[in-house]
Amino acid sequence: MEQPKLETREMLLNVGPAHPSMHGIIRIVAKLDGEQVMDCDVEIGYLHRGFEKMSETVDYNGVMPYTDRLNYVSPLINNMGYCMAVEKALGISVPDRCHYIRVIMSEISRITDHLTCIGAGAMELGAFTVFLYMIKAREFLWELVEMVTGARLTVSYCRVGGVKGDLPEGFEERCRKALEETRTVLKESDILLTRNRIFVDRMSGTGKISTEDAISYGITGPFLRGCGTAYDVRKDCPYAVYDRLDFDVPVGTRGDNLDRYLVRMEEMYQSIRILEQALRDIPDGPFLAHPETGRAIPAAEMVDEAKMGNIVQIEGARAVVDPTLDGASEEEHPGIAADEKRVFLPPKEDTYGNIEGLMNHFKLVMYGHGVRPPKGEVYFPVEGANGELGFYVVSDGTNNPYRVRVRPPCFAIMSALPKLLIGDMMADVTPTFGSINMIGGELDR
Amino acid sequence: MNAESLIQAVKDRFPQAAEASHAYRGDATVIVHRESLLELARTLKEDPAFQMNFLMDLTAVDYSAFGTKPAPAFFASSGVAVRPSTSIPDKDPWPGPPGSARFVVVYHFFSLTLKHRLRVEVPVEEEDAEVDSLTSLWGGANWLEREVWDMFGIRFRGHPNLKRILMYEEFEGHPLRKDYPVNKRQPLTGPNN
Repeated sequence: MEQPKLETREMLLNVGPAHPSMHGIIRIVAKLDGEQVMDCDVEIGYLHRGFEKMSETVDYNGVMPYTDRLNYVSPLINNMGYCMAVEKALGISVPDRCHYIRVIMSEISRITDHLTCIGAGAMELGAFTVFLYMIKAREFLWELVEMVTGARLTVSYCRVGGVKGDLPEGFEERCRKALEETRTVLKESDILLTRNRIFVDRMSGTGKISTEDAISYGITGPFLRGCGTAYDVRKDCPYAVYDRLDFDVPVGTRGDNLDRYLVRMEEMYQSIRILEQALRDIPDGPFLAHPETGRAIPAAEMVDEAKMGNIVQIEGARAVVDPTLDGASEEEHPGIAADEKRVFLPPKEDTYGNIEGLMNHFKLVMYGHGVRPPKGEVYFPVEGANGELGFYVVSDGTNNPYRVRVRPPCFAIMSALPKLLIGDMMADVTPTFGSINMIGGELDR
Repeated sequence: MNAESLIQAVKDRFPQAAEASHAYRGDATVIVHRESLLELARTLKEDPAFQMNFLMDLTAVDYSAFGTKPAPAFFASSGVAVRPSTSIPDKDPWPGPPGSARFVVVYHFFSLTLKHRLRVEVPVEEEDAEVDSLTSLWGGANWLEREVWDMFGIRFRGHPNLKRILMYEEFEGHPLRKDYPVNKRQPLTGPNN
């Protein structure tokens, strides 16, 4: 008996914009032949908030909260990249201690970013336990971030010419503890995933891209390193104090999802290594060098006394400030801020205690005043969690940036998405998309 | 190559194309005619002296409002004019916006092997806002050029699919132009409104 002929035709499948396996709002229109992706079209822009336009309307420090919302899984790296770009335009550099603080915070962020990426990617392949473990580790790290900045996500920690406040007391101890916990979690997750047959089968050989193609699309970061090219901004164009720290740049060989997973896992160990060295090498703040001088008054009380005109009572007193809310006190100041009054807010003792400090403060925060780099343009790249994160800033000499352009690392990777997906199965879209680590806030700006 | 020798190398290779150059804050910058952009880009990519295999960034700046904003009196009208720290190069002054053209398309190239960066700027007039597309050389140029078209309304000759990327098709105007009001709203209500 003759078999009846089955009708076959290509099918258009619409994935997104709000699909549960998508980490953000994005639409993929895939043309399928059976289960194979023959062609696909990617549509982005659902989270466009006009970052670049809004940056032109606020002052230089006012851009900081917007940068938090670019890559919202590792906002401290965005803070740092933007600050260093503006500092390059200004021509100032921050003290060593501040560099170390920034490096510590951005490495913590890098670990949280990779944990989220691998955790969510593994969850989408059914490994829910790994996701829970990794989110647990991320929680330890986010508690550190919260301890330092006062917020978990919208940190706005860096300032042009420094950081908001010094590291709190007991930070080093808690950081070492959190890193130990993270190491344990990484070991557990490694056991659960790296030799897991299902996980390896789905990751290996899918989402492949050659080094030439990756470079042509401008892909950087763990994605490019997964292809075997060891490009890391921290090594190749060192900034801050990365040239003093010893770390390796892991590379893959095949450029598939499994290699990217392995690269990210190893990078977390390397970040822990950097953190441990940075904690060891960080120069003592002046706070630690000179034990307290004079009386200590809570900042709020100091403000009240100053308002009453009781300057004599607060003269020579030390303000007890909460670095997450109030900013920095006189002792912390030289360690965390560039020595430039036209850029960084004065210590709180001066703001509350004398007219020069108060005027300096007002001159920096009043509408129409503030940080004003000379006319010019600069580009500054840092290594974001997804690759090279570059800020291009044009200044016209006023207090608003004339143009702020961010080079989002996952924009380049997303533009190569059709190349990654075509030829694979529909089920491979999930691991490939997971390993891209698309962050909507950064992609659509 | 350092910034100065890189600029000199580009100038030697393209004596007519390079209009001006500077190395403000150590960023090597060359301003070129749009006619020679494609040739310059190909040379940068393929010539062993440059080996610029990355097109890191492609954007544009609308210089139409540059210098029009009154600067409130502060310390000096040019902003902070400190002697830059030793870690930041400060030999070249910034010569100002390139020419009288309204737009400038800005390319950032990077060489992975030689570890040098070059910024190429192409001034574009508003009436004839079009430059050659680099999609034939770098795959990544595709989306970046779409974004510049979307945000600034600069067309790219030879681009395979020049349509909006971040904004929706029905959007009117180009939001990053300086004459686009920042508080203007264009709600998208549905397919037939």
